Amino acid sequence: MSYTPVVGIEIHVELKTKSKMFCGCVNDPFGAQKPNIYTCPVCLGMPGGLPVANKTAIEWTIKVGQALGCEIALFSKFDRKHYFYPDLPKGYQISQYDQPLCVNGLVKTEFGDVRITRVHLEEDTGKLIHQDLNGQKVSLVDFNRSGVPLVEIVTEPDIKSPEMAKAYAKKIRQIIKYLDVSLADMEKGSMRLEANISVQTEEEKQSEQLPAYKVEVKNLNSFRYIERAIAYEVKRQGDVRDGNTLPTQETRGWNESKNQTFAQRSKESAEDYRYFPDPDIPPLLFTQSYIDSIKDTLPLLPDQVIATWVAKGMKESEAQILSEDRANVLLVDELFQKSSDALKIVTQLVNKKIMLSSNVDDIIAQSKVLTQTNSVDERELEKVIDEVLTENAKAVNDYKAGKTQVIGFLLGMVKRKLGNIDTVVLKEALIKKLS
Amino acid sequence: MLRTLTLKSYLDKVKSKEISPSDVVKEVADAIETINPDLNIFLARNPKAFEQSEERAKLPLSGAPIAVKDNFLTVGMITTASSKVLEHFNPPYESTVTKNLSTAGGVIIGKTNMDAWAHGSSTETSDFGVTKNPRNPEYLPGGSSGGNAAAVAADLCIAAIGSETAGSIRQPSSWCGTVGLKPTYGRASRAGVVAMGSSLDSPGPMGKTVEDCAILFEHIVGHDPYDGTTSSQPVPKLTDALTKGVKGMRIGIVYLDHKDLSGTRTAKAVEAAGKIFEQEGASVDVISLSTQLEKGKILSPDAAIGVYTVVQRSEVSSNLARYDGVRFGEDRSHFGAEAKRRMMLGTFTLSKGYADKYYVKALQVRSLYIQNFAELFEMYDILISASSPGFAQKLGATADNPMFGELEDMLMEPSSISGLPGISLPMHYDAKTNLYLGLSIVAPQWHEERVVAAAQVFEENTKWNSWRNL
Repeated sequence: MSYTPVVGIEIHVELKTKSKMFCGCVNDPFGAQKPNIYTCPVCLGMPGGLPVANKTAIEWTIKVGQALGCEIALFSKFDRKHYFYPDLPKGYQISQYDQPLCVNGLVKTEFGDVRITRVHLEEDTGKLIHQDLNGQKVSLVDFNRSGVPLVEIVTEPDIKSPEMAKAYAKKIRQIIKYLDVSLADMEKGSMRLEANISVQTEEEKQSEQLPAYKVEVKNLNSFRYIERAIAYEVKRQGDVRDGNTLPTQETRGWNESKNQTFAQRSKESAEDYRYFPDPDIPPLLFTQSYIDSIKDTLPLLPDQVIATWVAKGMKESEAQILSEDRANVLLVDELFQKSSDALKIVTQLVNKKIMLSSNVDDIIAQSKVLTQTNSVDERELEKVIDEVLTENAKAVNDYKAGKTQVIGFLLGMVKRKLGNIDTVVLKEALIKKLS
Repeated sequence: MLRTLTLKSYLDKVKSKEISPSDVVKEVADAIETINPDLNIFLARNPKAFEQSEERAKLPLSGAPIAVKDNFLTVGMITTASSKVLEHFNPPYESTVTKNLSTAGGVIIGKTNMDAWAHGSSTETSDFGVTKNPRNPEYLPGGSSGGNAAAVAADLCIAAIGSETAGSIRQPSSWCGTVGLKPTYGRASRAGVVAMGSSLDSPGPMGKTVEDCAILFEHIVGHDPYDGTTSSQPVPKLTDALTKGVKGMRIGIVYLDHKDLSGTRTAKAVEAAGKIFEQEGASVDVISLSTQLEKGKILSPDAAIGVYTVVQRSEVSSNLARYDGVRFGEDRSHFGAEAKRRMMLGTFTLSKGYADKYYVKALQVRSLYIQNFAELFEMYDILISASSPGFAQKLGATADNPMFGELEDMLMEPSSISGLPGISLPMHYDAKTNLYLGLSIVAPQWHEERVVAAAQVFEENTKWNSWRNL
């Protein structure tokens, strides 16, 4: 039977604020030279330590929400989420339960829209390190990451394919990068992906009924892994449903060497985190003008950048490529300011005729050289190549004997006569002559 | 004897060079040495008290020896909150309130016994043994700041710093014949105080006189960047309020018609207090009880016991989760019976399916109390009542009575869950047992000055304060 994947994604992003979420400790868990150097009574959960919320982290979370088209709450609060784990020093995580900062957003992907359920702010946990110490297997805790601000972005189950999941995750990372609020480095773990996956029968689809189970796959630390994990799960769950049984509701991990998910723990009944409003942190009350003032600081987002460029005459495919990385955006905008040939240069950049550089003047200069050399007369070029081949009979013989690397030498000889001309064009012409 | 000095007279005499701080500290330290084995008031002593008192002589609090409840983190002094879990806990940082105290020139003379984790109203739940009431050692000092009230009553300090969640400053002050001021919630920092009920905990001064509490208050409270729930409102100069009097003040007497009080000696003492205020120019009304919101009536404290029990247990179950023995302290097997009881009840009241029935309901009723007080304070400037239904109870009274504290603190709980400031000061004396009753005065949030003004009038016009006629 064929099934429709039903997937929701949770993305955690560590904010790169200067200090941690609820204390003044340095927020740099990846740059720390030693474990437990960026800690204090608050993020160590010492008696009497009290959280004081980081205003910048709250503003950045609101920014993320705004960039994802969310409604921003004028009243919000932090709640305590209770569970025991050695990397959670207080026995509870400060998170947001029923009144998150942002709700009801929408992200467009090439495969369709993804509704955003909520964007909320919480604190990261410490990190367990399992190692041998004096011949004993021990688990050590590093609290440098404890209390780092963590934004969680949760979608509705709108994602219908592995490709769409990948496109969505890439889009979120791109937007986060545009906002410049996180390193969003998936390898290091400052951006983490989780997928809630189930597969829907045709019948369920017709009656708009969600499957009565879901499987959570955690710790997917690359776009490729989320795509593969979903594909794997869709197949696996489809096989289970073919046998007229429902897949077990559980949490699974991803084994990257086997390209498989594996069962971690059963989640038959919902866990009871005993949420309640954190009495240590006063509720957050915002005015609309404050929310608006944050919105005013948003940069142009990828979709807006593309629209602006296309309006200036750029091809949409080129705009797509160049807007991928936020660093390029400023560069291209500067190019438009400085050069009347900007559209042509953009095409050269996209086609890799000239190299991307952080200096716009350099890009323009490269383009000029390229444009000049391109104008070399074809007959003139042929004539010079013939001369060079005649003068360097040995090299020609070497080439014909299979030593193709001598082509570099021949290229150089031609350039000596003609000046700096387009290597690609020249190489093509040379090879044609030699064969 | 120097250690019987009030804080006010201590400061005056140090300033006039009549006495030196270290002489007083030495006398207090010697007295602790002889008296403590019998009464079990102090758990830890400050080895540097002598030097510190001289170093701080010129500061506002002139090196005065202050007893501090053992739930305030103090660097260099083991801090246990009277629990075996923290028996060997050497704090890596100092609580804001004790830091403020030292900055102002106070000296911690030692750390006082309390109910373990502040869970109780007797000090009988301390893992390190009960404290005896210095007024009569067959009786309890109350709690949870029982060690503090006892230290003040026994002149083993010049003044003290305690904390109240619901009655923990005022009830032991009442039972020990001392004065205790509970500030508005958010007035004094909770940073570095072992958390009990986070939405209720209020550190505050305890002392021999109303004036002493006013002086100490000014030096320890105020906004703290390490406690997001502290207010940035300016700190009132309570010592200026001492002379304000009660002329024209509108005073309501509450809880006289409660079944546990009606017709008792305690109720008569409160009525007599009302007469004193009338004589001094206040208008005094008796407010009757109601089981629902009614204009001009006060909600029965009975439901506040339930609200407090649910809210406090819920917060306790969360606040004690960090004591897992991984980073500091002993493991969980060291928790006493009362703490376990409270954690279990609080875990239950926050559980899925029960939170709405208990925790959320408790918050709703809590807001009714807040509303009730807000309405009453449109008609009255302060409300007065007994601090505790009666005199101190005998040692052993808490056995098999897990709700002991809630019943003894019943009259304080409505004001505590509403975050109001209040004071308890001696209101009556029983010569036969040498025990006291306490008068409670409560004002709207941020209006400690009213509490102090009225309390000062009462203290000046009655014979109940044992230090006034020394």
